[in-house]
Amino acid sequence: MRVTTVETRKATRTISGAQAVVRVLEEAGVEWIFGHPGGASLPLYDALYDAPRIRHVLCRHEQVAAHAATGYARASGRFGVCTATSGPGATNLVTGLADAMMDSAAVLAITGQVVRANIGTDAFQEADVTSITTPITKHNALVMDPHALVRTLREAIYLCQSGRPGPVLVDVPRDVFQTQIPEELLDEPFEPRRRPVTKGHPARIAEAAEAISQSRRPILYVGGGAQGASEPLARLARRCRIPVTVTLMGKGAFDETDPLCLGMLGMHGTAYANYAINAADLVIAVGARFDDRVTGRLKDFCPHARFIHIDIDPSEIGKNKPAHVPIVGDAREVLEALEPLVQPPDVEAWWKQIEEWRTRYPLRWKPGPLLKPQEAIEAIYRVTRGEAVVVTDVGQHQMWAAQYYKCRRPRTFISSGGLGAMGFGFPAAMGVQFARPDALVVAIVGDGGFQMTMQDLITAVEWKLPLKIYVINNGSLGMVRQWQELFYNQRYSAVQLRNPDFARIAEAFGAVGIRVERSEDLEPALQRSLEVTDRPVVVDLIVDPEENCYPMIPSGQSVKEMILGE
Amino acid sequence: MSNALPTPQVRSERRVLSVLVDNVPGVLLRVVALFRRRGINIHSLAVSVTEDPAVSRITMTVECPAALAESVVKQVRRVVEVRRVRDVTDAPRTERELALVKVNAPAGVRSEILEAAQVFRARPIDLTEKTVTLEVTGSPEKIDAFLNLVARHGVREVARTGSVVLLRGSATT
Repeated sequence: MRVTTVETRKATRTISGAQAVVRVLEEAGVEWIFGHPGGASLPLYDALYDAPRIRHVLCRHEQVAAHAATGYARASGRFGVCTATSGPGATNLVTGLADAMMDSAAVLAITGQVVRANIGTDAFQEADVTSITTPITKHNALVMDPHALVRTLREAIYLCQSGRPGPVLVDVPRDVFQTQIPEELLDEPFEPRRRPVTKGHPARIAEAAEAISQSRRPILYVGGGAQGASEPLARLARRCRIPVTVTLMGKGAFDETDPLCLGMLGMHGTAYANYAINAADLVIAVGARFDDRVTGRLKDFCPHARFIHIDIDPSEIGKNKPAHVPIVGDAREVLEALEPLVQPPDVEAWWKQIEEWRTRYPLRWKPGPLLKPQEAIEAIYRVTRGEAVVVTDVGQHQMWAAQYYKCRRPRTFISSGGLGAMGFGFPAAMGVQFARPDALVVAIVGDGGFQMTMQDLITAVEWKLPLKIYVINNGSLGMVRQWQELFYNQRYSAVQLRNPDFARIAEAFGAVGIRVERSEDLEPALQRSLEVTDRPVVVDLIVDPEENCYPMIPSGQSVKEMILGE
Repeated sequence: MSNALPTPQVRSERRVLSVLVDNVPGVLLRVVALFRRRGINIHSLAVSVTEDPAVSRITMTVECPAALAESVVKQVRRVVEVRRVRDVTDAPRTERELALVKVNAPAGVRSEILEAAQVFRARPIDLTEKTVTLEVTGSPEKIDAFLNLVARHGVREVARTGSVVLLRGSATT
């Protein structure tokens, strides 16, 4: 390690490391920090006391802080900040960081660490956090040299947002926070070590344009990497009438109410999206990574297709499926260069086929005596006029939300995709509401996942967040139950939930609680929830516990094995 | 173009990778973790500073299908402190490894061992009444051959450095 010695610097004015951290965050425009203090981060909190421009949201669990920072980042397109103390504080961030890594969210995590002299001695509240988080962060750093603190933090802020975004963790020993460093370190310009390639290779782009122009059955397969590319994407799709299918992460990048959009594909995607992509002769993947929940059995995925793969992360290209036309670059820049070069292909026959599938295999559910979860999502869609920013937890309700809540604008559907972290939805929705204070933010959660992080209802009450939390309550861990029903001979093992009364819990926290058991009470309750503007509302929607999520392509299988359901 | 991921049926082979990284703590962990994650065993690993004190070179040999190595190499490239990665398996290269070999060498067989050592240009660097320690440099195959040769005398201990590699000619990694 390169060490800068303290003595060689002629410091005129000094500030503490913690003050320097606050200054760097202020310069970067940080308004909100989600966190929980502790011994090792005391100096940072002391410096925050003097920083009126940065407001700290005290979360009751660090996992909540990490998910809130993620929600903030994903809804705003900026970066989110979370902080925790050493040891248990930092380890509680782990799930949130892993989620941010899988879903490429720009999150900066600052953790306190025990004093340098104690590192490695099993000191009180010590954990080797940089080692623990190495595989689940884009980058991390333990700051042993106080003079490197400013540079390290600036690099972290740059890295978490640049190229393919991701979480970056900076671990700061308490005595580094406390060390006086020259104020002039803040004047040193920051130069990143490397910059990602954002401009696609012109020859590849020309090749891609040619391939699209020649295709007869093209399809755009749109992932989370396209959230910043919706305009050129829409131009390309509309001018050339190319059908679009979105991943869970890609929802909102293309207007789902546009007839060109086939909705989500994959395990619980629409049948017609899955039929279409598997019959395509050309798949144009934009910021998508051929995840197993999208592809099923890889060798049977899109057997007739050539692939154009546009991604800013070169390691994604060819990882799961070979790309015939690989284009490394920013989705927006690449599509802007590509779109004008494409001659609209002849897609008449292709659309005829797709419309046939769409008519024959629509998304559907059957009404019954009990409230149906799909019915609830459709009602949420109706009463919010499709204008809400929807945040989900993980499980059946997540898939129903993805299927039935059509998103029109980028960054309006926020879900834990890659990691599938239960407990994500409600905290992330808090972060979304901080990022977009005037937006209608709806958290659609399950009764299982909500219980993982609902202690932070008090945080939402404290900040008067007008969140709508809709609990799709089927009294069980529904997705696990569904798999046990379908693949484990209905041997229901550890999936029944004995639930608290969520409405009364909400009231106890100072939120509004509403319980709905019958279809006829659904819309009035949702309407009532929209009228509350000064605190969160929890609407406990008691739904049919037997309802399964279809269509479904069982894990590791192909579109041929798709279960359409009743 | 193959349409399939590398599967266990795909033949594993020895791949030699040369990685230039910033000379800072923690980089090795990051690089190695990416191989561990895919269950790839690292056969040898040599790390040291280069002509530029800010840069270290990691030379590693792994046993896995070529396509899998390529996939991991791309992920290694994402590591912030990694400057360059190259799979040099198929490139013209010079490759050397050094081994220290401690062999049983009682008086009766000592000269025989030293004779064999000469053929392999192995140098004795320590001698006791019972053992001789030899230093041998060369390709990994040459070192394997030497170890096979002296095995019957009883090899007490071996320390190998793992391969280090440079490209032939004026090319650089």
